Amino acid sequence: MSEQDPFIIDDPENLIFRLNRRTLSDPSILDEERRKVFDRSWIYCGHASEIPNVGDFETRNVCGRPVIFCRDEDNKVRVFLNSCAHRGAQVCRERFGNARRFYCFYHGWTYGCDGRLKTVPAEDSYPPNFNKERLSLREPPRVEGYRDFWFISFDSEIMTLDEYLGDAKDYIDLVVEQSPSGRMEIVEGTQEYDIKANWKLLVENSFDDYHLVSTHKTWLDYMKDSGVQIRAPKGQGLLLPTHGVGKNLGNGCAVIDNINFRGRPVAKWISIYGESAKEEIEQIRQELVERLGEERAARVADTNRNLVIFPNLVINDGSSVTIRAFWPLAADKMKVTAWALGPVEETKNARARRLDSFLTFYGPGGFATPDDVEALESVQLGLQTWKELEWSEMTRGIDKEGEQLNTDELHLRTFWRQWNKLMTQAA
Amino acid sequence: MVTADSITRAEIEDFLYEEAALLDRWRLEDWLELLTDDAEYEVPSTDAPLSKTGDALFLIADDFNRIKARIKRLNDPEAHAESPRSRTRRMISNVRITKLQGADIHAAANFSVYRFRYGYDIRHFVGHYHYILKVEGRKLKIRKRRAILDNTELGAQGAVSFIL
Repeated sequence: MSEQDPFIIDDPENLIFRLNRRTLSDPSILDEERRKVFDRSWIYCGHASEIPNVGDFETRNVCGRPVIFCRDEDNKVRVFLNSCAHRGAQVCRERFGNARRFYCFYHGWTYGCDGRLKTVPAEDSYPPNFNKERLSLREPPRVEGYRDFWFISFDSEIMTLDEYLGDAKDYIDLVVEQSPSGRMEIVEGTQEYDIKANWKLLVENSFDDYHLVSTHKTWLDYMKDSGVQIRAPKGQGLLLPTHGVGKNLGNGCAVIDNINFRGRPVAKWISIYGESAKEEIEQIRQELVERLGEERAARVADTNRNLVIFPNLVINDGSSVTIRAFWPLAADKMKVTAWALGPVEETKNARARRLDSFLTFYGPGGFATPDDVEALESVQLGLQTWKELEWSEMTRGIDKEGEQLNTDELHLRTFWRQWNKLMTQAA
Repeated sequence: MVTADSITRAEIEDFLYEEAALLDRWRLEDWLELLTDDAEYEVPSTDAPLSKTGDALFLIADDFNRIKARIKRLNDPEAHAESPRSRTRRMISNVRITKLQGADIHAAANFSVYRFRYGYDIRHFVGHYHYILKVEGRKLKIRKRRAILDNTELGAQGAVSFIL
């Protein structure tokens, strides 16, 4: 195999789309993709609800950099690189909290929560050109938010976040519209786990409905035992009970947009929620209809969406709402962080139902995610043959005019085309 | 005869050792027999170990029906994460009675659970249990079982696909 082999062979006229497996296995690709993909895209950093008050902060690693996601004294969301201007130590070592000052314990430099360098011990020993104004905590080149989802980019020239999200904004809106006030919040409790697989396999898996029937047979059985109809109707080419489509949303973002069959805390009752939940779910639906009208309310309540914001943010609005961001640790290993999202005004019962429903499917102890993890790790083990078995097939639906199903692969090809575009651009 | 007020640490230790042995041998139906029919099984998220189900996102927050569904799933060869099944070995120690409250016996224990699987590296889960036990028909039963991981994140442990 030569280094010149392309990452993908994309030839729709001849109904060919092949993915070179070295993109998932070759350790030398990771450095390049950090520079060309992660550092040239908008990357999810955090949700404004995680830092509701002045001085609140969360520390996390984004794009391989430790950052502080915080709220300054003007109540503005800020992001700082978590490294002292003096020698580089991290100026905040707590996972979360509230602080008006960030203190570097190494030599005692102190910064405000606006990032400005406030105090330097024994400052008089520095020469006259020492200028504290120049030594603020560094910010990523770009920080922008959409409906409380905050992103950063290390590419100062990148298009605005608004333009980047493009048609994905309507899908974010559909999630946020669950809340009467348009305010969603991250729920306490973070699921963090590693998968011994290339990070791009989780992109594919997060919105690949083709695998549902075989990988998640036990989850479908659980749904069936709970009175949910899981059989696909005959003669429509469907694998699942309801119709769903895959869509390209631009800039590598894509979605599957499905008619719900699995129940939704907002606002489709199934028996798992219990008889006592029926009335409240009906009220939630009524509120949606009054606020948004029948049609939009039905979009919010009766459809599921699995949304990928290129490259590594997933918002899945299915059995519940989960936000997932994930990071390569090595070519064959990623770190996943997953949160639950809910309306701020949700009642105690509705919140409990949302979280319970979350765990029927999602997360490392759920009835489905562990089997996804297993599938991805199995793929990665199989991909050790990448030098012999070079190509993966990704042509489902490629010969269809117009609409493609959620079980087709248009949305996967969308992701890979953007990835390929960035990787093959001049550095 | 076992009663809540005369229970000894040794009796609870014996009970927890038996439970661990059943789980390590994947005798899940027998393990179910150790639970009351309103039992709960919880594993909180690693960054919110003291949180309450209903308020916070957990890794596992099963009521008895969900526990039964979990066992049914784990007994299905298509529960791929545990098919083939992992080998587990549980070390239970530092067993303490922490509180007697009416019929409830609160007990704590440390755990160190190793998970082995063909083709995979060893995954090691460390933490402690909070139990609420009850005496039912002269036998100890588990009313509530919370496994709290010490790991600051699940990380290399990956999934909690078996009964922790």
